[in-house]
Amino acid sequence: MSHRTLPDNHPGAAATTRSDVDGIHISLKGRLDALGTAFLWDDAVTLVRSGQHASVTADCADIEYMDGAGLALLLKLREEAALAGGKLTITNLREEYQQLINLTWDCELPQWTPKAKERRGFAEAVGKATEEVLLGLREMIAFVGEATVMILQTIRHPSQVRWKDVLLSCINVGVDSLFIIVLIGFLMGLIMSFQSAVSLQRFGGEIYVPNMLGLVMFREMGPLVTAILLAARSGSAFAAEIGTMKINEELDALTTMGLSPMRFLVIPKLLSALAMVPLMTIFFNMASLVGGAIVMLSLGFPLVTFTSRVFAYLHFGDFWGGMFKAVVFSILVAGVGCLRGMQTKDGASAVGLSTTSAVVSGIILIAFADGLFAVAFYYLGW
Amino acid sequence: MMDTRKPVISVRNITCGYDETVVVKDVSFDIMPGEIFVILGGSGCGKSTLLKNMIGLYEPMEGQVLFGDNDLVTAQGDERNQIIRQFGVMYQMGALFGSMSLLQNVMLPLEEFSDLPHEAKTMIAKSKLAMVNLENALYKLPAAISGGMKKRAAIARAMALDPQILFLDEPGAGLDPISSAELDELILNLSRTLGITFVIVSHELESIYKTADRVIMLDKDVKQIVAEGDPKELRDTSENIFVKRFFHRMPSLGKTGQEVKCPVAE
Repeated sequence: MSHRTLPDNHPGAAATTRSDVDGIHISLKGRLDALGTAFLWDDAVTLVRSGQHASVTADCADIEYMDGAGLALLLKLREEAALAGGKLTITNLREEYQQLINLTWDCELPQWTPKAKERRGFAEAVGKATEEVLLGLREMIAFVGEATVMILQTIRHPSQVRWKDVLLSCINVGVDSLFIIVLIGFLMGLIMSFQSAVSLQRFGGEIYVPNMLGLVMFREMGPLVTAILLAARSGSAFAAEIGTMKINEELDALTTMGLSPMRFLVIPKLLSALAMVPLMTIFFNMASLVGGAIVMLSLGFPLVTFTSRVFAYLHFGDFWGGMFKAVVFSILVAGVGCLRGMQTKDGASAVGLSTTSAVVSGIILIAFADGLFAVAFYYLGW
Repeated sequence: MMDTRKPVISVRNITCGYDETVVVKDVSFDIMPGEIFVILGGSGCGKSTLLKNMIGLYEPMEGQVLFGDNDLVTAQGDERNQIIRQFGVMYQMGALFGSMSLLQNVMLPLEEFSDLPHEAKTMIAKSKLAMVNLENALYKLPAAISGGMKKRAAIARAMALDPQILFLDEPGAGLDPISSAELDELILNLSRTLGITFVIVSHELESIYKTADRVIMLDKDVKQIVAEGDPKELRDTSENIFVKRFFHRMPSLGKTGQEVKCPVAE
């Protein structure tokens, strides 16, 4: 018996079978809509399947109503009969339902067969994966090369730059993110100072907190966190904007107008990131110092002690090193955001994938570049 | 009488597709100056792919696309830019830049490629928009106008630099009958008054009868041209089963799952 039940207001549906020498006779009754068909589906199919007869006759005289669900049941019975090497004969079906059946009865409904998975050897799989990585790397290098050449060209021909777009992008990248940069900087300064002050207090070393904070923020955390915020906020926005333009054929329109999407879309964004990220880093650093100063004041140190210890131990080399990092990070993050946008494929999910990829790639590149900087600065003695 | 004029575009033995899949195979045809030339065929037959190869967005697997004597497929640098300036393109969805007003959209190519004073550029852009009856929507953003208006604005932008040739990718797609008829009138007007050559990808029969001087029909099974000529003549006289089915809107013999294959045009 079916484990499904019919609601009280349903007139009911049933299937009964009998077997004789001519095969299985299945009699369908009642209302074969979605509910009725669901109620008797398992029973009807099982009865036919276990009947051990190739020939099946479906008597439809007592069907009160039938829609697509009832049709599907008849098609299933036909399929079961065909699997057993026979065929389904339908009798006493009303004319209107015969017309419904005629719509699909002659079509062959293929079974879904999953494609056999391509089996690759280990070496081949490694080779393929390496090839994909190298191709991606090649694309990135080509993009960086083209962007660099174009940025250098803008120095020679500044009139070719769409300065209005650069300005708009500066507002988006810099001005609009100022609040979040300052807030995060302030909180990081506050938290780092407090945490280190608590630890150093045991040794009476709270006085060294400003030294640590200045160095860490200006050399490392300032450019790093600013770049990560840029990746999350602007890198993803670049990818989404360019990706949507690609899907809307706007990039094709630019190309067929003889305009380079690189010059038109990418360069203004790169220039704005180049201009804004160092400034944002300075704001971040200053806000972190404010946070640190509040902690030190609350520990009873005068403000002049804090400032003098910060700036006594912080040299211009540290400041410019941080700024240089910020410039490189900004190119990486803005560049990979634009690249992922240009690589957007078709489909509704493509822009989402590009955006995610822009943020992930941006952060990986930042981490990678920061590691290289750490090694380079160590050997250069900076 | 034989046409002795030189074609503006000659497509020679072009084979194109995506990755390894060939969509159009070894196709050749000429487009004469001033004519409204329509590439038609059923869905998936490669009309838009062929168009994108003709305008240089995709590189064909084989063949040439000659604008006069210059091959767009092999042209590089300035030569390629010169060929590209000869034509304008209207994309299926308009492809207007969403952050710019209609006027700014039309002015963009002028700003990039001409040394005219700003006032002159503005006036040219306004006049192009007036040509497509959008003089009252100059300062609207693309998001604020209808689909038909977007397409007309895209034509105005494509005409900004007074090209000799306009490529239109499914201009009537998604438009109501009135907007579609207005677009047809616009195409005929521009063709008559400015002598622009139109290359249109379409499968809208009403528009094709109304506007097309000559059509080629592609078929996705044979991947080639199956008919070429005047659309009304093809409708009335063609014996090719596929052409008949297309022009007379006859459904395929799908119920038995059997497709009628059509012969290649002689």
